[in-house]
Amino acid sequence: MRLYPRDTQAFRGHFTYQNSSEAIRRFPFPFPEDDYIYSVNIEPHVLPGPEGSVYEHMLDIDEHYLSETAERDMVLREDPDRCLAMPHMRQACWDLLEFVMTHYARDYPQHFSFERQGDDCVWVNHPLNIRQSFRMGEEGTLPTSPLELIGRQVQGDIALLDQRDGDLFMDAGVITSPADWSLAFDAGMSFKQWHGPVPLAHEMGIFDRALKYLCAIQVGGPVRRLNWTMTIHPRMDSSPETFAHWGKDRTTITPDNVGQDVYLRVELQTLVRMPRSHALFFGIRTYLISLEDLVTHRAWARRLHRVLKGLPEELADYKGLSRYRETVVDWLAHYDRQPEPQY
Amino acid sequence: MSGHIVVKVSAIDTISPVVKQFTLEPCDRALPRFSAGSHVVVSMPGQDRWYRNAYSLLGDPADTSCYRIAVRRQEASRGGSRFMHEDVAVGDHLSISPPSNFFLPRWNARHHILIAGGIGITPFLAYLHEFERQGASHELHYSFREDTTGGFSLELQQRLGSSLHCYQGARPDFHRILADRPLGTHVYICGPQGMIDAVTRAAKDMDWADTRVHYEAFAAPESGTPFVARLAASGIDVTVDDETSLLEALEAQGVEVPNLCRGGVCGQCKTAVAEGRVEHRDAFLDDEERKRHDCIMPCVSRSLTDTLVLDL
Repeated sequence: MRLYPRDTQAFRGHFTYQNSSEAIRRFPFPFPEDDYIYSVNIEPHVLPGPEGSVYEHMLDIDEHYLSETAERDMVLREDPDRCLAMPHMRQACWDLLEFVMTHYARDYPQHFSFERQGDDCVWVNHPLNIRQSFRMGEEGTLPTSPLELIGRQVQGDIALLDQRDGDLFMDAGVITSPADWSLAFDAGMSFKQWHGPVPLAHEMGIFDRALKYLCAIQVGGPVRRLNWTMTIHPRMDSSPETFAHWGKDRTTITPDNVGQDVYLRVELQTLVRMPRSHALFFGIRTYLISLEDLVTHRAWARRLHRVLKGLPEELADYKGLSRYRETVVDWLAHYDRQPEPQY
Repeated sequence: MSGHIVVKVSAIDTISPVVKQFTLEPCDRALPRFSAGSHVVVSMPGQDRWYRNAYSLLGDPADTSCYRIAVRRQEASRGGSRFMHEDVAVGDHLSISPPSNFFLPRWNARHHILIAGGIGITPFLAYLHEFERQGASHELHYSFREDTTGGFSLELQQRLGSSLHCYQGARPDFHRILADRPLGTHVYICGPQGMIDAVTRAAKDMDWADTRVHYEAFAAPESGTPFVARLAASGIDVTVDDETSLLEALEAQGVEVPNLCRGGVCGQCKTAVAEGRVEHRDAFLDDEERKRHDCIMPCVSRSLTDTLVLDL
């Protein structure tokens, strides 16, 4: 698999982001049915998944690896608070570093290697041209904190959740491409607190059930789910902090630009128990696809049309789609006119 | 969930007349890393059925070249601890579950008070390794009888010095231990139910918030009245005698129910109940769920009615 190009304009400025046909083929389309309803849609992350799919490995990387790590670097330079860890998460951060290095090296040996003799380690990241010797667990042997060091080399966002009193707390993470949320704001919050803004699901008891399930995840039993929203332009960093840059884009959608400018944004979320600290790794790998690319897959186009059309108003508001939903639905309707295939 | 791990018993050490420590080495694959407070479930082929008991890992979590567990021989043994003491020898193979943890240290605590009774010392032996490595402030109150688990006390004295408080054959004064503690102090109890009750009562008397008090009871399910579990799908009746848990009785019939802790805390074995009333003994369900009598944690809970119809 290729991990290039490295393009600093991919997710900002001129928005040069493009998906190859291979990336479109493996896009994790998130809708199993024509109606979108909330559910605890969590399933075991059984490995290895189907070859070439986003589920093949524990941590998926793809052709946007270099562009995304470059974007991550820019965001972290502009706003160092996108990476933070509370003092009690120290062990969890080392767990994370070891977890990423082990899985990247095992699953993508052509790009990464991780050699270890006792606590003496050597990590090599060929795509980013990094070679790092260090002693596991000794901060002084790394140029930055273990969280920042590995966080900058991961494709996708990471949060580390501390588990205590039957609840989960957002106590560490590196979040540079949030879908309208903020680590600095959510830091220290409990599971239900950071899900506070989500409409409808609280009343359905979704979060009670999900929390119990997540707290019971054990070492060796990772799980995953898909989440989705939409974005104008392939903008990864849609954080509340940068709202001034992207909020107004929602008003620019017309029947002429909807295909190029509106993106379906899907998060492959993985939850993995960290072995030493018992913290829960919460990985958010984000995939973007323009509607133009999406409709090359007719079944996806038809289904997305029906999902968006029937989406409850509260959900459309929460996901920030209200201003342009109608334009998207009208545009997609064209792909839903053919009669259903008869069997 | 990854499957069972086969390990080889590489050493058996006598800690006291009734406690043996087993060192378990990997056979075909490296042992998973674990967090302090984790346990494994050991499966033992008894004469007429399998025994499955949960034992805390007491070794250093940084060292996964082997696992260590300690088994106290229970006088009223249901079979498992007797099997470990009498039938397991160095060189034998055992099947264990991957580690799971329902008794974690609170990493955000400023000071940790550990209170152990007898064999309840085992999870704390792993805690101490982490506390020492991280320089976390801690103290241990250890109540034991010399002929039972006193064998660990010598090692502990060397490691802990003045932060070890031993109570040989006596009950500590829990009110005194908990008095005048700063808010960042957390207390952890592992021991017999009577000790857990006494410490939690003392903590309540002194207005400690529940979130600062943590405990783990010995996981063995308590006995109860026999009953019949009827499996709705097949119509099969499974008899659950007074000493066997519903989960064990189901497993003996070849009915596998997903499970992790075998102690009523993890919720993995939750099973739907179609008819009958449940004697809930778990710590997982909330009061509303209990009242409905429509589900059961078969690892610890039993039936109030002669027959319990399960959606299995």
